[in-house]
Amino acid sequence: MGQNLLRVVYPLAGAAIIVIVWDLYVVVARVPLVVFPRPLQVAQALVSYSAILGSEAWVTALECIYGFLLSMAIGIPIAVVMTYSRIVNLMFYPLLVASQSIPKVAIAPILLVWFGTGMQSKLAMAFVIAFFPVVVDTATGLRSTSPELLELARSLQCSRLQTFFKIQLPSALPSIFSGAKIAVTLAVIGAVIGEFIGSNEGLGNLLLTANSQLNSPLVWASLVVLSVLGMMLYGVVVVAEKIFMPWAAFDTGGH
Amino acid sequence: MNASHETDLKGGRSAAPPPFGRLVNVAKTFQSAGQSVPAVKDISFEFRKGDLVSLLGTSGCGKTTVLKMLGGLIHTSGGRIELDGNAITGPYPGVGVVFQAPTLMPWRSVLGNVLFPLEVLGRNGAAAKTRARDILKLVGLAGFGQAYPRQLSGGMQQRVALCRAIIHEPSILLMDEPFGALDELTRLEMNDLLLDIRRVTGATVVFVTHSISEAIYLSDRVLVFSKRPAVIALELAVDFPYPRSSRTRFLNRFTELEEQASIALGVVK
Repeated sequence: MGQNLLRVVYPLAGAAIIVIVWDLYVVVARVPLVVFPRPLQVAQALVSYSAILGSEAWVTALECIYGFLLSMAIGIPIAVVMTYSRIVNLMFYPLLVASQSIPKVAIAPILLVWFGTGMQSKLAMAFVIAFFPVVVDTATGLRSTSPELLELARSLQCSRLQTFFKIQLPSALPSIFSGAKIAVTLAVIGAVIGEFIGSNEGLGNLLLTANSQLNSPLVWASLVVLSVLGMMLYGVVVVAEKIFMPWAAFDTGGH
Repeated sequence: MNASHETDLKGGRSAAPPPFGRLVNVAKTFQSAGQSVPAVKDISFEFRKGDLVSLLGTSGCGKTTVLKMLGGLIHTSGGRIELDGNAITGPYPGVGVVFQAPTLMPWRSVLGNVLFPLEVLGRNGAAAKTRARDILKLVGLAGFGQAYPRQLSGGMQQRVALCRAIIHEPSILLMDEPFGALDELTRLEMNDLLLDIRRVTGATVVFVTHSISEAIYLSDRVLVFSKRPAVIALELAVDFPYPRSSRTRFLNRFTELEEQASIALGVVK
């Protein structure tokens, strides 16, 4: 209990120090508002622009969620096929890895041409960035199934489907979730990149607009909301992990 | 095998049933990096229903390979394996396996793990649950059904693995150094537990171990394997009656059998 409290108290104290140093620096060095607003001004912007921040955050959140779900829905089956078909693996896995050398931001203009300035291009961007770790981690998880468990399945004459759904998929679940945690963070990045390249809504768009209007408190307020959004989405995946893998709470050991 | 047929025909020992399992000149060669590595050559032995036979040998001598071939999990390179009159060519129903590690599914509760074989066989109902609980009780794990494997000690996990291996009433139980990873005291406890289970279920057990005393304590017969490629160096009939107790380990005859096994293994000159 005391330990848990400390884990909250210490980061809060750390954040307080950063905010104080930030405020002192802006005041003492007389940094212009346009360049760097004071923390209080950012807080004020959060309140006074709360309506638009909320509605734009909702748009971005949907882009992230859909992009994330799409990367899971497509990434996991790709991993399954690559794990169970040697030929598909040999043909496409090297290409998949090589394709990751393409800077994803560079694809954004193409996606804009293909999918327009609406939700679809953001979703595509989030997907392109987020699906690779899902594929890699799922494949790793599927391959790491205990050989003894597979032997047990064989001796019980489990069908391929039984072996997959009752043994291999649950074995891979921890890896799938670690991929999902990376993917959900990357989906936020993808959505914002998509909004930067071409969009008329979303937090990324609001941030750009505020920047061009030299409204730095709103820029920073957008940034704060964006990071809170990212943390919330990450938190949802962590909660889902706890629900789907209640056994993971127990340490190995007991010897 | 001719000899046994003759015995049957003559009816010399009317109590002697035909062998339940029979291995005839079984061999296994693995292909590794373009080379043939013989693991087992010319293994022949028989066992009757209800026998507890140990395969004793040093690590890597090929005894696990024999066990896997007996379970239909790997093919033989030569020879023949029969169980209950049928040639073994692949996995077959009615096998229970226990490995050195408990190999439980961490995502399933203890009860869920024990029920797994019945679930695969499509026999999961209320009766299955009752049976699982009864078996857990037999191994001293009553009340642990809802726990996750990771909450249990290594010895307790191996008890769960034992339950999983016998729940579907297999006609043969294949055990691959099941107590090798446990501490000595737990191992002694598990030896007695296995004998209890065998008494209750009447299971036929083929038991792989590298512990001389464990093999002798548990078995009707001990087959001592030579170094790789394995042949049977010695076949020891252990004539202590069941039920055996920890006292059995201190009999002079027990020491004699240990000495014979040690000599056959080459650890005592």
